[in-house]
Amino acid sequence: MNDRKYIIAGLVIFIAIFTFPFWYNLGKASPGPDIKLTEKAKAAKQCVMPTGYMRAEHMHLLDIWRHAVVRNSDRTFVNASGKEFTMSLSNTCLDCHSNKAEFCDKCHDYASVRPYCFDCHIDNPKEKK
Amino acid sequence: MESSRRHFLTIAGLAALGLGAKPVLNALASGSAGEFTGGVDAFKLKPNDKALKAKQWAMVIDTRKIKQASDLEPMIAACNKIHNIPTFEDKRHEIKWIWEDEYHNVFPTAENKFLNDRVEHIPFLVLCNHCENPPCVRACPTKATFKREVDGIVMMDFHRCIGCRFCMAACPYGSRSFNFTDPRPFIKEVNKEFPTRMKGVVEKCDFCAERIDVGQLPACVEASNGILTFGDLYDPKSNVRELLKSNFTIRRKQSLGTEPCVYYIV
Ligand code: SF4
Ligand code: SF4
Ligand code: SF4
Repeated sequence: MNDRKYIIAGLVIFIAIFTFPFWYNLGKASPGPDIKLTEKAKAAKQCVMPTGYMRAEHMHLLDIWRHAVVRNSDRTFVNASGKEFTMSLSNTCLDCHSNKAEFCDKCHDYASVRPYCFDCHIDNPKEKK
Repeated sequence: MESSRRHFLTIAGLAALGLGAKPVLNALASGSAGEFTGGVDAFKLKPNDKALKAKQWAMVIDTRKIKQASDLEPMIAACNKIHNIPTFEDKRHEIKWIWEDEYHNVFPTAENKFLNDRVEHIPFLVLCNHCENPPCVRACPTKATFKREVDGIVMMDFHRCIGCRFCMAACPYGSRSFNFTDPRPFIKEVNKEFPTRMKGVVEKCDFCAERIDVGQLPACVEASNGILTFGDLYDPKSNVRELLKSNFTIRRKQSLGTEPCVYYIV
């Protein structure tokens, strides 16, 4: 019965320590990546799919494209609004997003993912180095 | 008194817990915020309208039109250029999709002791035969090598290749090459529209599937000056069938039962 204050004190200390990282970072959370769109991408207004989907699921869509092109010889993608695109990472995606360093890499670095797409697919087909 | 003090402390403790946990919950919750709603599957995938179609693509090589190595050069160069084939000084690293060789090596099972002068001396063009019964496909444990159902092209899915090289052991024609090092630095002039390969992947001629699918003939055929003919083996009226009907042709090691689809008029 007399341990009560120790238990409470312990509880308070535990909570303080457990939540410390969150308090510590409060208000200075690192800002999300600052992604730049090319003029061409801005003018297009929407990507092949809605922006939210592209942001969250572009890797899934690329996987669907890969399978369709390589294994089923389907080369054309028709989106919900009936617009047609050639399924190609280098020739379609990176034609609009020709600023890989400011677009793809920014977010990939922020999320600490290292996709190896570009080991083979030529990045920035239009960019002059 | 005793009991209300205990009550107070309990409430206070819970309140502290709740306050402390709030930012934690906020942080955990923010991970799943998504703005996308609906339409995920509302898309269609289809072939390009201009795609060339066949039941089984085949090639006829008219060796009568070949005099010397320089006749073959444009075809080999065309393929190397559009497919980003690297050039290695070290022969053991060589990547080959289409190349030349002499009769003895190309047709070891159809060799006579004495050959006529022409056949003895001209270079023969060799590439993947896109076999109708391809042993490479059977050997591949990952289905990275597969036969396209639409047109019989024996394709490589480089994404899937694990570099085990079973296919290289299985192919009786040496049509396949392995990337021992990253090929990119060894590509003279990069074609930005076609991917390169990476270290640890096998590659070979793909009958220009990427061109056929958008209505173009293979690059080597276009550059061949009439030496190569490309068409549907199972269309009795196709250009290759016309040639096969009117000329005597041979195929490489056909006794193995692989049914090569590259025919040579000798
Ligand atoms: S030539 Fe070799 S690589 Fe090409 S399909 Fe036949 S077995 Fe496979
Ligand atoms: S090296 Fe690649 S293509 Fe060849 S058998 Fe292995 S996984 Fe298949
Ligand atoms: S068909 Fe295409 S990939 Fe095959 S050798 Fe000719 S140019 Fe190269």
